[in-house]
Amino acid sequence: MLVIIFLFFCSVLVAGIFLFAFIWNVKNGQYDDEFSSANRILYDDKK
Amino acid sequence: MSVSQNTKHTCYHCGNQCNDEVVALNDKHFCCSGCKTVYQILSENDLCAYYDFNEHAGISPNKNIRADKFAFLDNEEIEKKLIQFKDDKQTHVTFYLPQIHCSSCLYLLENIHKIDSNIVVSKINFNKREIFIVFNHQKINLRKVAEILASIGYEPLISLQDTSQIKKKISRAKMYKIGVAGFCFSNIMMLSFPEYLSGKSFVEPELKTLFSYMSFVLSLPVFFYSATEFYTSAWHGLKNKYLNIDIPVVLAILLIFFRSLYHLFFLNENGYFDSMSGLVFFMLIGRIAQDKTQQYLSFERDYTSFFPIAVNKLFDKKFKPTPIEQLKENDVIQIYANEIIPVDAMLSKGNASIDYSFVSGESAPVSANIGDIIYAGGKQTGEKIELMVLKPMNQSYLTNLWNKNNQAGKETKNKFVDKLSKNFTIIVFAIAGIAFLYWVLAGKISVGLDVITTVFIIACPCTLLLAATFTYGNMLRILSQNKVYVRHYNILEKINEIDTIVYDKTGTLTLSNNVAINYVGEELSDAEKIYIKSTASNSKHVYSKSIVQYFADNDTIEIANFKETIGKGIEAWIDEHYIKIGSPNFFNKTNEHHKNIMYVAIDNKLIGYFITSNAYRVGFSSILKSLEKKYTQVILSGDSIAEKEFLEKTLGKNVQMLFNQKPEDKLQFIQQLQKNNHTVLMIGDGLNDAIALKESDVGIAITENNNNFTPACDIILDATFFEKFQKLFLFSKQGKRIIKLSFTFSFIYNVIGMYFALQGLLSPLIAAILMPSSTITIIAVTFGLTQYSAKKEELLITKK
Repeated sequence: MLVIIFLFFCSVLVAGIFLFAFIWNVKNGQYDDEFSSANRILYDDKK
Repeated sequence: MSVSQNTKHTCYHCGNQCNDEVVALNDKHFCCSGCKTVYQILSENDLCAYYDFNEHAGISPNKNIRADKFAFLDNEEIEKKLIQFKDDKQTHVTFYLPQIHCSSCLYLLENIHKIDSNIVVSKINFNKREIFIVFNHQKINLRKVAEILASIGYEPLISLQDTSQIKKKISRAKMYKIGVAGFCFSNIMMLSFPEYLSGKSFVEPELKTLFSYMSFVLSLPVFFYSATEFYTSAWHGLKNKYLNIDIPVVLAILLIFFRSLYHLFFLNENGYFDSMSGLVFFMLIGRIAQDKTQQYLSFERDYTSFFPIAVNKLFDKKFKPTPIEQLKENDVIQIYANEIIPVDAMLSKGNASIDYSFVSGESAPVSANIGDIIYAGGKQTGEKIELMVLKPMNQSYLTNLWNKNNQAGKETKNKFVDKLSKNFTIIVFAIAGIAFLYWVLAGKISVGLDVITTVFIIACPCTLLLAATFTYGNMLRILSQNKVYVRHYNILEKINEIDTIVYDKTGTLTLSNNVAINYVGEELSDAEKIYIKSTASNSKHVYSKSIVQYFADNDTIEIANFKETIGKGIEAWIDEHYIKIGSPNFFNKTNEHHKNIMYVAIDNKLIGYFITSNAYRVGFSSILKSLEKKYTQVILSGDSIAEKEFLEKTLGKNVQMLFNQKPEDKLQFIQQLQKNNHTVLMIGDGLNDAIALKESDVGIAITENNNNFTPACDIILDATFFEKFQKLFLFSKQGKRIIKLSFTFSFIYNVIGMYFALQGLLSPLIAAILMPSSTITIIAVTFGLTQYSAKKEELLITKK
């Protein structure tokens, strides 16, 4: 019984970490411009 | 470097056909020395990978750029307005570069430090076509940065709007709300899962209670944060006494939430928190497409985005760049070729040839004499001129015209969905009322109360609203892939109500930068063709350029004593022959006023004339013909009546045509139509259409090359889509059909739910299964159907 409750809090915590990561990404502007980042990584000779 | 003639090449840099001249370098061919120079800069700086990502990615640099074009950036006041940050070493600035279009642009602009190492950081925002630059201002200045960008073909566009407005911050609130709603929704779903699988016996009662309370806690952020979007919108609707789509949503959210609280605290049962958070989550997702479009496009542009930021003003015999808001009466200003005149002014020096197409729609340049008044918004096409300011910018004719009609934005109502949801709500109320009455008469008031709320939860118009949101959301997405950007999904609905389409002619039905030309007269020998072409190739006038194109197959030869009289014509000597080309005026035929005729004389003998007309967009007549049956169509033109005959011949008598229309006339025409109960769609381009576009029920701005030079409107349409213009109507109609169909689906669910609910038998299990499954079906059905109908209309663009 107790383990289910414990597991539940664990899962919420893990999901919470992802939510935090998502909000962080959005705040950083990673979703503002999908084109540049996707292409930028392909240019190998950049300093 | 050699200049060869008469071989067809495509430019290695920009991919254009090399028409007049071919410049060769290292086995590569260029259409002009500008393109070659860019190539040289890139190859010197080891940036040739630019050409590997995309073939012919280059942008031909503006040849007419004058050396001190960016001198105004030296003005400290202007600089201060443009830059974002400055410390003792570095300056941060963002430029708008409309030329950005592919991954090569990204590569080059982000490696610009290789060209000048004083540019420390350059970062592109591709969607906004902006470059963020950090440079060392002890070594180079803002002007130099702009000049570097211009030298490789990316000339920054700096307009008055860049200073007057505080930069709009991107609102990311909706993304946060979706994140939070998604998090809560999925966790509540997990907690409710045992209940979906089986009834009450499966889970121990303590655990069940705990799960219910956890669901409650998790639903709080959804209720108090994620759903605020709908509260504000619904409140706005209520305040304006208008039942908008969000009012039923809020009603549903409130009902489900409070009913669930009652279940939880008084009956000790699991509530419907999963349904509520699911509803909010999906509704928010459905609206993100609209948000995306709005983020990068400005639908509320005004004239300031057309205007330059500064002009050269005379200070004690010297011209210095001055911000235009500082111009006062009697100041003397200097305007170069292809610059827009920002104020009403009087010509004091030079030959003015003003293109008023922004203001009046008339494309042929108007020549003015010294002492003539030139209005703000005109573009000088000839040489450099000097003007005396008559009125400061904010009092000009154009500004007045703009402000006069700049009333608050129109309400976007969606009659169809509103009507449907209103009727639906009334029916639900009626059913609930009758059921309640039935149970009261049967003597079971508590069951009656229970039934009322269940009916509301089961039959709330949520699925219908979801259907509308998702259908329109996906339609907006598909349309924006086709470069049709719609301001609000209600506009799609409005298109279905349109009965009259009004077209602007110049720039809408015709191409804005292309003049079609035809020769009438004595047959020309090859030598004569060469003479005419060679003469014309020395002039930069639009008509001369078209003549050069007209004789594309002929060569050009060396000419002597070339002379151009601005606004009149050109003359030259070739092989002892005297060539003269120009307007009737140039030939002293003063009683002829055809603007679109150019006479040609060789050795003073008149041999014929060129007649020019605006080149029409491909397939415009078939588009108008295909819309003929359903819509009244009108062409409003700022131009002279000259092309009436041609248009009537191609379009028939069913299209009404009005010429010589000033911006106010267009506005009045639209208002008159609306007074007679017509719903009007107008499609136009320039500033001259701006106020009429705003007034019409649906205003579409057509744009040739970039997203930003458009007047305020409801839809921004890329010119490439014009060929499929009629599909916009068909697709909108499909949208309505899809919503009706998905409404039927949700109705079936509702009937099943209602069957149990009215008997007071609805267990949480059935409710819990019924609601998410109906939601998911609706989303799947609407998405599938919009994709299908887009495919049918050939609007589906699959990414490679």
